[in-house]
Amino acid sequence: MKRFLWPAASLGFLAAALLAWKFAADAKLINPLWFPGPGRSAGVLVDWVRSGELWDPLGKTVWRMLAGWLAASVVGVALGAAIASSRFARELFEPSAEFLRPLPASAILPPAILVLGFSNSMIVFVVAFGSIWPILLGAIHGFKSVDTRLIEVARLLRLSRRDLAFKISLPNALPDIFAGMRVSLAIALIVTVASEMLSSQPGVGHLMLVAARAFRSADIFAGILVLGMLGFVANSALQKLEDRLLAWRPAHGGG
Amino acid sequence: MRRWSLGATLPLALAILWEWLSRAGVLSEDGFSRPSRAAAAALRALADGTLIEQTLQTFSAALLGLTVAAVAGVLLGTLLGLFRSLERATALTVDVLRPVPSVALIPLALLVFGFSRNMSAAVAAFACFWPVLIITIAAVRSIDPRLIEVGRMLGFSLRERIWKLALPAATPGIFVGIRVAAGIAIVVTVTSEIVTNPRGLGYGMIVAQQSLQADLVWATLLWIGMVGWLCNWGLACLERRCLRWYWMARPG
Repeated sequence: MKRFLWPAASLGFLAAALLAWKFAADAKLINPLWFPGPGRSAGVLVDWVRSGELWDPLGKTVWRMLAGWLAASVVGVALGAAIASSRFARELFEPSAEFLRPLPASAILPPAILVLGFSNSMIVFVVAFGSIWPILLGAIHGFKSVDTRLIEVARLLRLSRRDLAFKISLPNALPDIFAGMRVSLAIALIVTVASEMLSSQPGVGHLMLVAARAFRSADIFAGILVLGMLGFVANSALQKLEDRLLAWRPAHGGG
Repeated sequence: MRRWSLGATLPLALAILWEWLSRAGVLSEDGFSRPSRAAAAALRALADGTLIEQTLQTFSAALLGLTVAAVAGVLLGTLLGLFRSLERATALTVDVLRPVPSVALIPLALLVFGFSRNMSAAVAAFACFWPVLIITIAAVRSIDPRLIEVGRMLGFSLRERIWKLALPAATPGIFVGIRVAAGIAIVVTVTSEIVTNPRGLGYGMIVAQQSLQADLVWATLLWIGMVGWLCNWGLACLERRCLRWYWMARPG
């Protein structure tokens, strides 16, 4: 009984929030110019899906986000492994990484535009630059924290350097890498949308900014819904993948 | 000492390489400019006050957004942390709203607030609210249950439980949340300025880019990096100083 009570209460609260939104909009408590009800916003979304208007920009946004994020993952893990492998490399790279990490990813948009122009590859580059830091830091931490006993065992077994990297270090670092990749995925989406808004490249971000300039507020809310769902789906998919890949980890899942 | 000298090697080497490649004509000067020109542009912008003015504009918006998010996040987080049932009931709504990327709200904020400080602040507040909320819930949840029992025995009212027990005990955690949020506030504010809002450092960069002043673009980027880094460092110091009582009171 209790198992169904809390999900039901959760759903009830969400429904109440939606109803409150609807009543506030219907009663015109807030200026209807920029506050459409949930019905009108969902209606726009349904229209987009029916007419197929949504798929082209959504596909482009997803492609840019994934391309930048995957590039950041590959480079981040490789660089992280290299940096973690020696004290010298850590002392050489870490201060620079500390400086670059808090830099707003969007702030490199203007120089990137100057160098690469308004193009898809410019956006993918900026997305990759913006989302690499959590992966890099996760990888450094993961590779650094290999149990010394495991390394001793590897030495006893006379594993080659390659085997050591792929059979012991990488699996050990995976949980940290995945944690970084999850944070990075959210950043990748944000940077993608911001880049699209700025550079007028077709995509969901551009779609929304055009809607704002035309005062089509229901379109903006529909866009927010689309991006929210995209973020939610991407995060859940990665979580599923992580659970599957890391099922061997004893501490995971069970509690 | 060794740490610093080694750490400075990489940026210095890159800057020298950049300067040399630019002078040799390998890197196009329209895009890459060169470090010496960027430094000169930074000094000029500092001298005529534009950089300082833009920094203040960016910071006032970020601070406003952070303050709104911190107050709302800490209050709601304390309530949700104290009452398990409330947290469970709102969990789904939080899960639905949290993945909405903050930049998705820029067009909406533009309609509501127009071009203004409040527009950037509103987007920043949305982005900062979630980390503060989540960390506050966790911090309140991890309060020693004996403290809560003492409060119950003393017959504390809800208000007393919040002000005298939950908030002081959760302060270190809340501080971490606000520090994380402060970084996010600056990032989101600069982003909204770059995308649409004509004020602050982000807009300064866009204007420089559009007028093809590559040196000023790089100078502003460097400035944003330095200011962000300084902020982070300052907050970390403040945190250590403010929370000395907490760490000192803990055994070990």
